[in-house]
Amino acid sequence: MSSESYGHAAEHAFRQHHFVNSEQQFDTSKLGMWLFLATEILMFGGLFVGFGLMQANYPEAWVAGHHHLDRIMGSINTVFLLCSSFTMVMAVHASSTNQKSKTVLNLLATLAFAGGFMVIKYFEYSHKFHEGILPGRYFSYAGGGPPEQAMFFGFYFAMTGIHGVHVLIGMILIAWLTIRAQRGEFSSAYYTPVDLIGLYWHLVDLIWIYLFPLLYLVS
Amino acid sequence: MSEHAHSSGARVYVLTLVALLILTGITVGASYINFGSASANIIIAIVIATVKVSLVALFFMHLRHDNPLNAIIFISSLIFLGIFLAFPLIDIQSRDKIIPNGLRVREQVAAPKQAAPAPAAPAHH
Repeated sequence: MSSESYGHAAEHAFRQHHFVNSEQQFDTSKLGMWLFLATEILMFGGLFVGFGLMQANYPEAWVAGHHHLDRIMGSINTVFLLCSSFTMVMAVHASSTNQKSKTVLNLLATLAFAGGFMVIKYFEYSHKFHEGILPGRYFSYAGGGPPEQAMFFGFYFAMTGIHGVHVLIGMILIAWLTIRAQRGEFSSAYYTPVDLIGLYWHLVDLIWIYLFPLLYLVS
Repeated sequence: MSEHAHSSGARVYVLTLVALLILTGITVGASYINFGSASANIIIAIVIATVKVSLVALFFMHLRHDNPLNAIIFISSLIFLGIFLAFPLIDIQSRDKIIPNGLRVREQVAAPKQAAPAPAAPAHH
């Protein structure tokens, strides 16, 4: 695939034969990505609904559980993810306007923010494991409180865990994008992977935007 | 894309980020204030989160100027999530009026081996 030439020749290089033109191909890919994101929303939705129902049932356990979470760490992680979404959209913008080095730099910044998020998550998790706060039947916290707070942490670990896996997958994908961008594979004629992984990354951010107040800021 | 459109696009992203960071500050600040009840605080936090999500979806995810089909998929997934959340919540909130003791009825009925009264039926699923 030649990446130096844009315009008509490039359009033919990237377009698959069953599409009318590369715009239709791009829109189709994007539509598929949005359908995937809808399934992601519904998957996390099950956890959010369970969380909400149990919160309605055991409000005192939820307040007790949330006191074990560090608001400052949660806030820093929120800022990290918001900034990473910003650098991601800047990378999409740069790749669609043929700015190779800007694309690479913004992708690297996104990786750095995502890495910062995971480092803080690691400290939060290891601190909790140390206190015996573990999911399900491994919960062995001896500091008292309503017994149902074990359930709060079951939700906490399931929701932040699945979200964290999404962040890790996103980091792998962004690293792959960075390599491809460095090779000059993206241009205004073809930047679909950057755009679609960008959408995925923003969804990971969206889920955290709801997780943060629900987990860290109940009181 | 012209140079002008390109720089204004970047400006929109910067403004969106600033708005998102300010809203994060507001939601953290609001969590230290008691708005009367726990549910009032939760509702305020969820409203702010929804504003943030809308900003991300409209500007970072380009839904504002994108093919409306993508927005329809996104919004319909949220509507179905709303239905999913609403009905169990209505159930939990109203169950005490129908079955005293709400969800805990299952444990109480399971213990003594009596002829189960009508409300016990769901426990045998």
